[in-house]
Amino acid sequence: MKKHHFSWSGLYLTIVFIILYAPIVYLVVYSFSAGTTMEKYHGFSLRHYADLFADTRMITIVFNTLIVALLAALIATIVGTLGALAIKETRGKVRNSLLSLNNVLMVSPDVIIGASFLIFFTMLGIRLGFVSVLLSHIAFCIPIVVLMVLPKLNELSPTLVDAAYDLGASRWQALSQVILPAITPGIGAGFFMVLTYSLDDFAVTFFVTGNGFSTLSVEIYSRARQGINLEINALSALMLLASLLLVGGYYLISKHGGRRHRVIAVKEGDAQ
Amino acid sequence: MMRQKTLFIVPYLLWIVLFVLAPLILIFYQSLYNINGQFTLDNYTTYLTSGVYLKMTFNSVWYAFLITLVTLVISYPTAYVLNRLHNKQFWLLLVILPTWINLLLKTYAFIGLFSRTGSINQFLRFVGLGSHQLLFTDASFMFVAAYIEIPFMVLPIFNSLAEINPSLINASKDLGASQWQTFTKVIWPLSMPGVKAGIQAVFIPSLSLFMITRLIGGNRVITLGTAIEEHFLTTQNWGMGSTIGVVLIIAMFIVMFATGEAKQKGGHTR
Amino acid sequence: MKKLLTIIVGILALCLLLVCGEYALNHRGNTGGHRVLTIYNWGDYIDPALISKFEKRTGYKVDYETFDSNESMLTKLRQGGTNYDLVIPSEYTVQRMKKEGLVARLDHQKLPNLRYIDRQFLNRSFDRGNEYSVPYFWGTLGIIYNDQKINAGAVQHWEQLWSPRLKNNVMLIDSARDVFAIALITQHQSVNTKDFTKLKRAQGHLKALTPNVKAIVADEMKMYMEQDEAAIGVTYSGDAREMMDVNHHLHYVVPSEGSNIWFDNMVIPKRAQNKAAAYAFINFMLAPANAAQNARYVGYATPNWAAKKRLSKKITSNQAFYPPQKTMRHLHTYHDLPLKTLGEYNDLFLEFKMFAK
Repeated sequence: MKKHHFSWSGLYLTIVFIILYAPIVYLVVYSFSAGTTMEKYHGFSLRHYADLFADTRMITIVFNTLIVALLAALIATIVGTLGALAIKETRGKVRNSLLSLNNVLMVSPDVIIGASFLIFFTMLGIRLGFVSVLLSHIAFCIPIVVLMVLPKLNELSPTLVDAAYDLGASRWQALSQVILPAITPGIGAGFFMVLTYSLDDFAVTFFVTGNGFSTLSVEIYSRARQGINLEINALSALMLLASLLLVGGYYLISKHGGRRHRVIAVKEGDAQ
Repeated sequence: MMRQKTLFIVPYLLWIVLFVLAPLILIFYQSLYNINGQFTLDNYTTYLTSGVYLKMTFNSVWYAFLITLVTLVISYPTAYVLNRLHNKQFWLLLVILPTWINLLLKTYAFIGLFSRTGSINQFLRFVGLGSHQLLFTDASFMFVAAYIEIPFMVLPIFNSLAEINPSLINASKDLGASQWQTFTKVIWPLSMPGVKAGIQAVFIPSLSLFMITRLIGGNRVITLGTAIEEHFLTTQNWGMGSTIGVVLIIAMFIVMFATGEAKQKGGHTR
Repeated sequence: MKKLLTIIVGILALCLLLVCGEYALNHRGNTGGHRVLTIYNWGDYIDPALISKFEKRTGYKVDYETFDSNESMLTKLRQGGTNYDLVIPSEYTVQRMKKEGLVARLDHQKLPNLRYIDRQFLNRSFDRGNEYSVPYFWGTLGIIYNDQKINAGAVQHWEQLWSPRLKNNVMLIDSARDVFAIALITQHQSVNTKDFTKLKRAQGHLKALTPNVKAIVADEMKMYMEQDEAAIGVTYSGDAREMMDVNHHLHYVVPSEGSNIWFDNMVIPKRAQNKAAAYAFINFMLAPANAAQNARYVGYATPNWAAKKRLSKKITSNQAFYPPQKTMRHLHTYHDLPLKTLGEYNDLFLEFKMFAK
């Protein structure tokens, strides 16, 4: 595509991008409106941001969401990395069935995950709230980490590890000095990936939350059901900013690790 | 050495047992209890004989099919064009970026855009087309659903297009094929794995949508997901909800089986 | 390895910081310590100023959580391990909670302000002697319409909703029993019928309504009616009041042939952690000045006679919100139905929604 030349494909792409970004721009623009509805722009104002920062409940929920996401991502990354290391050691049928089981939660619709976890927690008598939400988030994050780390492990040349052993390294030393540094990009990318998954989740959390505990998605849902409130727009503008920063950081990490597009590819919910 | 290996796998196996196997077994187990807590096959009988649930399943599959189709029709050309750009990774990132915005926020934006006094109707009035009912229509429901799914369809297609060896396309041209022939005989078949992966990534979530049916569809579209959510959280009929869940799981396996070969091929090429 | 450990510790520290921030945020200026009262109420169903007033006066810290249907509230309550101290269910749910042993018997000695409740709202069939519940608000199910689009005469009775002229104009509330009540009333049946053939017939009648149904929504109906998105809505009296405050073209009607009357009540769950605080809160909300303030804010009808006196005549003489005795006689409460029947209502309603276009 040359510049300054009209082309149908360029026009098409422009339209697609307009559609993709229109709702987002729309939200952000109205967050600065002095009015109270998304019908007419009433001039620039930061009042909805002021409302947002004065809204203790909303800020508490933002904190809750961040705590859940960070902890879930951290624990899932550790368990998932261990899982990937373990899968690497297996062969044949065992390996295939482990991989299939790993993918079950990746392809399951969110409602199924949410509903089955709700039954599970109820049967175990686990109180719905922070713990149940955290456990659920860890659970659906683990397979993603495994899928991000495993390819890095496969790339690792076995001779390198053997060399480490030959040089007298203990298993622990081989792991900490050779294997872990080599797969760190995968681990980092996995961490960022599941962080966004956790921050974004609505359906699973909706089923398993309770006792006053709420995350952003669930709160936005209940507020959206009560009508337009430009405080939500202000929040979305801030979240857009945060996502841009996250994506930026993530882009850097995965660029460092080389294969960008595979990293993003997992976001499609596909079980590669 | 052996001991350490087992230590590694313990948390992961624990996760598989507790959060993969147990919930699946439980949802199946729960589906065998009716609303009065009796162990029976009632729910399955109701599902199969009442006609209501079968019709709902059919409707849900039909909507998911339409959503997937709309998404594919929009996404394929997008991926195709993107693939020929210079900074294609950057543009791809721009397509992916909206998925990092909370799903609820995007849906919420559409409520404002589509309402009778919203921006789209203002625009329509401005160009003299008059205002229309947009919210609560099938068209708007499918549009929003497709909007959300587009990046998940563009990505795998883009990847499989990017993997195509340019020399194949050149060879086809050298052999005198027209652009259209090159597309139908070379590019399209070679991008099939991506298309299949995309369909898989879009179809199953479309079957289980539940929030958009309410906020944009005005509760006039009931998908399998909506029915599960209603039975679990509103009507308290967990048994029936689980039964529909089992049906959804079966549907999921069918879709995965139908698009299965794509996975393997995709796995190799990536 | 060291780097990874540093990162892990960093993330944990960040979490700790967030927890501290959250704690500071929620305990700001609260020196009363950790005496917490957890309230579980409908969304937007209390004047927030009253909560702060209660906190200031008693030193309790109020944890306030909302639900959007009796059923979802019950799920969370049944699910166990809950520690709600005060819940506000509707009357048929009170009946159910009693049956399931989820609520604590009230000690009337500790509720001196109960005397402010109008007699006609005490000792109702769902809780004789008010052993478990104290009335909070009451209201009706009715029709709200926009006078720019609809003549007042066209929506005085339920049957008129079926008029072909209202094609794609009616918004319904997403509640099986309310929607079935409309159909049952037009067919002169009890809103509590357990007879499946009658329900089936009511559903048949509802199917005839589908061309007129624009959407089946919940709280968002307020927004849509206020913004002229739809001409007619079937809704509750308090929501109607809020909509009318925003859009002066809206009016509310309770059809005289009958409708649903409901009562929301304060109850204390058996597993409540802080019953003393719950009693204090009930008394606080029953005090005439507070009850009146709450009624002004929420917009539903108050069962508190002393509070009603404090409200302006304009409100209390409005027959749409305080219906005349003649209409009151035709208003029915919902009874708690057996699970099987409820399942039938829900299934038939789900089926209706599937064909609602």
